[in-house]
Amino acid sequence: MSNSELKRANRKTAIKLVLATTTMFFFGYALIPLYDVFCEVTGLNGKTGRLSSQEVAQMSLDESRLVEVEFVASVGADLPWEFYPLVAKISVVPGAETQVDFMVVNNAQYAVTGNAVPSVAPNEAAKYFSKTECFCFTKQSLKAGESRKMPVRFVVDPDIPRGVSLLTLGYTFFEALDTAGLYPPEHTYIN
Amino acid sequence: MPGGAPAGGWTMYPPLVLQTGDAFPYLIFAIHFMGASSIAGAINIIATVFNMRAPGMTLMKLPLFVWTWIITAFLLIASIPVLAGAVTMLLTDKFFGTAFFSAAGGGDPVMFQHIFWFFGHPEVYILILPAFGIVSAIIPTFARKPLFGYGSMVYATGAIAFLSFIVWAHHMFTVGMPLAGELFFMYTTVLIAVPTGVKIFNWIATMWRGSMTFETPMLFALAFVVLFTIGGFSGLMLGVTPVDFQYHDTYFVVAHFHYVLVTGAVFALMAGAYFWLPKWTGHMYNETLGKWHFWLSTISVNVLFFPQHFLGLAGMPRRIPDYAVQFSDFNMVSSIGGFVYGASQILFVVVVVKCARGGEKATDEVWEGAQGLEWTLPSPPPFHSFTEAPDPSSITGGNR
Repeated sequence: MSNSELKRANRKTAIKLVLATTTMFFFGYALIPLYDVFCEVTGLNGKTGRLSSQEVAQMSLDESRLVEVEFVASVGADLPWEFYPLVAKISVVPGAETQVDFMVVNNAQYAVTGNAVPSVAPNEAAKYFSKTECFCFTKQSLKAGESRKMPVRFVVDPDIPRGVSLLTLGYTFFEALDTAGLYPPEHTYIN
Repeated sequence: MPGGAPAGGWTMYPPLVLQTGDAFPYLIFAIHFMGASSIAGAINIIATVFNMRAPGMTLMKLPLFVWTWIITAFLLIASIPVLAGAVTMLLTDKFFGTAFFSAAGGGDPVMFQHIFWFFGHPEVYILILPAFGIVSAIIPTFARKPLFGYGSMVYATGAIAFLSFIVWAHHMFTVGMPLAGELFFMYTTVLIAVPTGVKIFNWIATMWRGSMTFETPMLFALAFVVLFTIGGFSGLMLGVTPVDFQYHDTYFVVAHFHYVLVTGAVFALMAGAYFWLPKWTGHMYNETLGKWHFWLSTISVNVLFFPQHFLGLAGMPRRIPDYAVQFSDFNMVSSIGGFVYGASQILFVVVVVKCARGGEKATDEVWEGAQGLEWTLPSPPPFHSFTEAPDPSSITGGNR
């Protein structure tokens, strides 16, 4: 190989490898949507589905059994809210739409916006759990001292495996990211 | 710097690492800088090997050390940019309002672990593959036989590199993965034992009926084969999901990775240093001191790390500032081993300094059974070597 040929070959190799490096950098980012798609297809990671009431009305009922649904509510650090379900546990007929209410109270002396992140356990049951209405679909803004009753309407798919007789629906309220840090670091409580 | 050192360990898991103070952007900058230099080095190595080989040096005649380096370079190019992406996401999460790893914004902190270990597992093979190459050069030299199964060594290295990209979640079996995920990552992890077993078999078969001598490089290479295999076995145990739930984040893991990286990678470095030291300096090192260094290191490193297996099995967790009193005795044994091992390395420095300053003149070949182009040059090699390409007939290949 002559000197100029060698230079050209080396440049070509280097360009290809830099391209490979760039591709792998963006592949790292691509892992995030890929992971989401994977979770949606498999229903893993506790991500739940969302249905319209019409779709639920067409679902068949499986009155031969009842599935228990437990509710868990927690509040992320730095959010001066109280948050709890009004019923701890309910038995539902698979295929029937059910409504339960959660209560949230803003104990701070200023308005705070939060959003609730849901999760369903066990993981393999998550894809059989769908909501038609939920306070987690939108951000919730509460004025100082305000309390609010918030409904969740959900349905358990009749195809849910027979082995699953208990589901846990958990919510964690976090301070909405776009408002986080706008408040004094040490929250002052009304009581 | 206000806020102290980076929060969280070398794995930089969020949300803890996001609590780092002013050091945080410097941490990310340092990772990017280190990554860029690794990638530049990898590109250099691949271009050199692919475009600048001597006439007659076909790919399947390369010394195995060179093969392991090409594969390592490709692993670097495929894995470091993924780490760069992950730490950039941390940076934007902290300063620019993104929520890749924040549950509050719809992200997922476990996602970081997936991306990190997609880099992290290839990374540990980046550390060990060149060690495999060094050992594959030393064992044939001191067994005075060609390397057994050269082709299978090359393919086994490639197979290990490929598998390293599909086993990452065995570092995080306990995060709450679905059964299918646990099974997939368990099977692929255990599968790595096959190409690794091929390598161990080939090294042993190389020595079979060889006329072996036991100079210091060979001693380190032999200790590598035995002790790395112990580390490989504890790795197999950790790769089995149900028992990993017991061993996860205990000292058993600490024992495992020190067997593969200290008695593995570091011992191969020592072996390589003694092997090429006469070529680098032009003088033979002091063999007596070298043997002392070997035996002190090998005994003390086992005193240091072997008891950690028992500590882990008994339930001592990793990364704690204090431990329950029943673990004290084994920890004491381990500490004694640690101090002796550390002190033994002073001997190594003495050997290197003495060798650089003088000693018996090294011949061109240095070792009776040495094969390969570097041993045809004077010791030390002149500043300009191979100004003319070596005679193709002198390139015998197969590390022989």
